[in-house]
Amino acid sequence: MDLLRFITAGSVDDGKSTLIGRLLYDSKSILIDQMEALEKQSRNKEDGEIDLALLTDGLRAEREQGITIDVAYKYFSTPKRKFIIADAPGHIQYTRNMVTGASNADLIIILVDARNGIVEQTRRHSIIASLLNIPHVFVAINKMDLVDYSQDVFNNIVIDFAEIAKTLGLKDVTYIPISALKGDNIVEKSASFSWYEGDALLDQLESIEIEKDVNLTHARLPVQYVIRPQTEELHDYRGYAGKIISGVYKKGDEIVVLPSGLSSKIKAIESGGVEADEAFAPQSVVLHLEDDIDISRGDLIVKTDHKPKITQELEVLLCWMDSKPLIPGNKYLLQINSRRVRSVVKEIDYKLDVNTLEKNYSLHEAGLNDIVKATIKTASPLAYDPYKELRLNGGAILIDETSNVTVGACMIQ
Amino acid sequence: MSQYHLDYLGQLESEAIHIMREVAGQFERPALLFSGGKDSITLVHLALKAFRPGKFPFPLVHIDTGHNFSEAIDFRDDLANKLGEKLIVRKVEDTIKAKNLTEPKGKFASRNQLQTYTLLDTIEEFEFDACIGGARRDEEKARAKERIFSVRDEFGQWDPKRQRPELWNTYNGKIQKGENVRVFPISNWTELDVWNYIRRENIDLPSIYFAHDRDVIEHEGQLVAVSEFIRLDAEDKILKKKVRYRTVGDMTCTAAVESDASTINDIIREITATKTSERGETRIDDKVSEAAMEDRKKNGYF
Repeated sequence: MDLLRFITAGSVDDGKSTLIGRLLYDSKSILIDQMEALEKQSRNKEDGEIDLALLTDGLRAEREQGITIDVAYKYFSTPKRKFIIADAPGHIQYTRNMVTGASNADLIIILVDARNGIVEQTRRHSIIASLLNIPHVFVAINKMDLVDYSQDVFNNIVIDFAEIAKTLGLKDVTYIPISALKGDNIVEKSASFSWYEGDALLDQLESIEIEKDVNLTHARLPVQYVIRPQTEELHDYRGYAGKIISGVYKKGDEIVVLPSGLSSKIKAIESGGVEADEAFAPQSVVLHLEDDIDISRGDLIVKTDHKPKITQELEVLLCWMDSKPLIPGNKYLLQINSRRVRSVVKEIDYKLDVNTLEKNYSLHEAGLNDIVKATIKTASPLAYDPYKELRLNGGAILIDETSNVTVGACMIQ
Repeated sequence: MSQYHLDYLGQLESEAIHIMREVAGQFERPALLFSGGKDSITLVHLALKAFRPGKFPFPLVHIDTGHNFSEAIDFRDDLANKLGEKLIVRKVEDTIKAKNLTEPKGKFASRNQLQTYTLLDTIEEFEFDACIGGARRDEEKARAKERIFSVRDEFGQWDPKRQRPELWNTYNGKIQKGENVRVFPISNWTELDVWNYIRRENIDLPSIYFAHDRDVIEHEGQLVAVSEFIRLDAEDKILKKKVRYRTVGDMTCTAAVESDASTINDIIREITATKTSERGETRIDDKVSEAAMEDRKKNGYF
């Protein structure tokens, strides 16, 4: 059994919460007491029907306002897969929450209301999927019951979206006609779509291939912690602990430590306290090296092939997440995995309109939820991969040193 | 399937180890909050994988309400002993005396709320800057929205509207003096994941997780163990039932379920078939209001 993380983007109006509720409900992941709580809350509403959307709204403010503010994580399993849903709000003022939920997603479900077709929000969500480089896209064309399950309506939306996907370079796009409210094509294939040859949504979530999304060629191990027991019997024990974010490491492999450039060979590998001949992403391991070289938290252990780039000047696409604006010249801590370096945002090149992809070169500040192209200079060298090639070694956060808050997400170009 | 493939339990395990090592790397004085329940026992197992052959970079800390199951307390002491790791115990009883707190009254007078005082005092006493806990997001709706690194102010309060964005594998544990971070390495595990992991790793648990005979009373459909900590009324009938516990909290606020499950396999079979959630079936303390957990967290609860 493997693990698939997906994000659903949309607002209550698109039926996003109903869709999630339906997946949990029909896959029997909602239990009796949760159902009872749901019924109790639904009774307070006007129509009295059980509102599956209530399942996903966690905080009191969200229930009161009937909106999703923050990312909520939901879990369900089938015999084939465990699923982690990042349920993110869809409105533009919550772009930063969606970016957060999208950063770890293997797949995004973009909901389209069949009656309205592609709207501004569809474009925005597709742009974010592309910026965050989510490997797989499901376009769920919802509320098909309200357009008489029309094949023409579906086909027209597919044609329109294909245009967007092409512009954005979205790689793996799947189109599924559904009705979340009626349960059509969610868990069971619906007879209402005689013209639709594909499988129901859940079948496709279960079968989409994600194994190849793990990069096994570019070996990257950010050192988190050095294990040195310093006891008598383990006097010389010195293990470099970290989670392999990509690639495979074998005993005897030649390695290079970045940014120092010092090199050595792998003497031993431990995984969960057991010695192993090799280890691979995404395992958490301990490496032992032949030579006693200087390595500490924040260093990156790589192999001699497919080396990352090293720089002190980064071109990034930056999603600003703080209410105080970003002004060029401001200094921040930049953190990528376990490495933290001082940095300064030198200039903002342009602001990207997340609804249209238009570039605005006349703005030179970034506000909350803005996505801008910027140049960042770091105080010491940083080993990175372009975000489009390796998400986990190309995504960095900015931390405001005065408030300690995470204020920005950088996709390094 | 490629030889380089990690199944879902392997992925969850690796994520949790990574989070623990981030705590070790980012904080000066972390602690692991240990209750003797299966989730914190799982955390200890993960810490072994993260740090052995070294020592844990944190002590185990137990906030003892005095209303615990003796089996869980014995298990706690044995485990700390066996591992040779430091265990710090702070008692709610002492906080009540020192601070003149009022003991709750009633049939199932629970010290659950009072734990927060002892927890915050303990954090202050040892100047802990990070506390690792075993909370999971599938337990409850407010938890579903909490970050893995959850920053609390000097009163221990959680502010759901001011949570830091948490992206990729990168955790921001920077705080001001006086603040602390609650860290939840098994956030993404479900109850069933924990049990499957316990089975895979062959992890020892206190005996109360398995079916045993116990004197209980039935109260509003829930079975509560007879103990000195609850008030027995004339109409209460003491029943002898074969039960087990799905969660281990205080004797005053944890209900038992009738069960014949004597092995992990039996338990997994029961949970897979069950139709009631873990907290719903066994926690008397969550039913008070729809937002009970949200409110307690805002006040500094685990």
